[in-house]
Amino acid sequence: MTFFTHFGRYILMLKWMFSKPENPKLYWKEFMHQCSEIGIGSIGIVSIISVFMGAVSAVQTAYQIVNPLVSKLIIAQIIRDTVILEFAPTLICIVLAGVVGSKIASELGNMRVSEQIDALEIMGINTRTYLILPKICAAIATIPMLVILSMVLGILGGRITVGLSGIISTETYDMGLRELFVPYNVFFAMMKAYTFAFIISSIPAYFGYHLKGGSLEIGRSSTRSVVVSCIVILIADYVLAALLL
Amino acid sequence: MIEFKNITKRFGDKLVLNDVSHAMQTGKTNLIIGTSGSGKTVLQKCLVGLFEPDQGEIIYDGVSFTEMEDEQRKLLRQQIGMLFQGSALFDSMTVEDNVKFPLDMFTKDSESKKLKRVNEVLERVNLVASNKKYPSEISGGMKKRVGIARAIVLNPKYLFCDEPNSGLDPQTSMVIDKLIYDITKEFNTTTIINTHDMNSVMEIGDNILYMKNGKKEWTGNKKDIIFSENKNLNDFIFASEFLQGAKKLRMMEGK
Ligand SMILES: Nc1ncnc2c1ncn2[C@@H]1O[C@H](COP(=O)(O)OP(=O)(O)O)[C@@H](O)[C@H]1O
Ligand SMILES: [Mg+2]
Repeated sequence: MTFFTHFGRYILMLKWMFSKPENPKLYWKEFMHQCSEIGIGSIGIVSIISVFMGAVSAVQTAYQIVNPLVSKLIIAQIIRDTVILEFAPTLICIVLAGVVGSKIASELGNMRVSEQIDALEIMGINTRTYLILPKICAAIATIPMLVILSMVLGILGGRITVGLSGIISTETYDMGLRELFVPYNVFFAMMKAYTFAFIISSIPAYFGYHLKGGSLEIGRSSTRSVVVSCIVILIADYVLAALLL
Repeated sequence: MIEFKNITKRFGDKLVLNDVSHAMQTGKTNLIIGTSGSGKTVLQKCLVGLFEPDQGEIIYDGVSFTEMEDEQRKLLRQQIGMLFQGSALFDSMTVEDNVKFPLDMFTKDSESKKLKRVNEVLERVNLVASNKKYPSEISGGMKKRVGIARAIVLNPKYLFCDEPNSGLDPQTSMVIDKLIYDITKEFNTTTIINTHDMNSVMEIGDNILYMKNGKKEWTGNKKDIIFSENKNLNDFIFASEFLQGAKKLRMMEGK
């Protein structure tokens, strides 16, 4: 199948996803369940990656800035800006494309192979609305929060590292953080987070929902969905940077 | 009654259903029989709309299913119960929640009323004390029974069963056949059963459609089978010498 067939079916899936829920209570329950699966389930990995990300960028920035004429404050600013602009939104979302994306694709793929989707359809339920919409909404609701968490932990990780290794004092670090701070960067990062959240959830949902064949295909389609999501995230990252910066 | 006319379905070049027409009657167990790969599952899935036939018309009690909009189909489907060949239970839910799911989705009953109904149908399919188990923790026969319980929990007008007793021991098979038969008579449902089990055919075959290579080969009921001259049908139903003998005996009794 060509790219255009896939793209067309993806758009149709998104269009048909919007229909009146048969029973809003059950849909809300499913949404909450997905928030906990996607959001709370990823806090651990996001935290670990963020702290180390901040720590590594602290060490590497200090290594590169050896010129005594440059103010030491700049180390904190560089860490702050790289974490906010790139590391927290993009890197974390690429990791989440693996964690969350493969989960969504394999869950839906398994339901497709074992005819659970057909069983729902036969009951008179719009399976796109019931299975896909709550996942996308949950991703959009929780992933930006994870990105904020990642920003905070990343900057904190940098602070701990500079303090422990004596690159600069933590007071200097805090002072640097507050200098030349551009709030627009946070806005930009959040735009990225929302866009990526949509990509991470909708593309794997497409691959899982439209899976054809046996259980062997489940693994294959979840790998494919992660690869495609990552590529689309990087393209979107570039487009957003070109548009918004 | 579900009527269908000239149903044709292809997958690529492969003609899977070739101009099949028949009527499934209300209050009867309508059997679709035939060897594996003869197109039984595809026919059943065409009837409920999981596959779109390439040609032909499907009519539910006088209303054309083929021409229905998605919304109307959704409403009709709330009156359809279906048991899938592999049971298709939701594996993230317990047995109880599986059966309760249609009630949760489509009724506004209180929790206790729903649970009462769930236990009622689970008792009906002879499945007690497994409420809190997950599908991965129960046997194939139990899964089928949960699948039936889930299919009948909303008292459907139309009941579809795809090989309800494949992979079960003869005794459990009989129990399940009897169960489906009783439900059909009690609630006057239009029941459609795919099977290649000759016991089922001879026990509950009110109205039988015999398929061969995607074509209608023969129709009739369980009595007609004994006297049928159709060679393919005879070879299919009375496959062993033992059964050939049984058929001869029955014919002598009948005449
Ligand atoms: N989704 C599908 N895609 C392509 N071919 C299919 C599909 N489903 C069934 N078939 C083919 O249709 C034929 C009939 O299958 P089926 O209805 O499942 O047989 P059975 O009578 O055993 O239920 C088989 O030859 C099968 O290969
Ligand atoms: Mg079959």
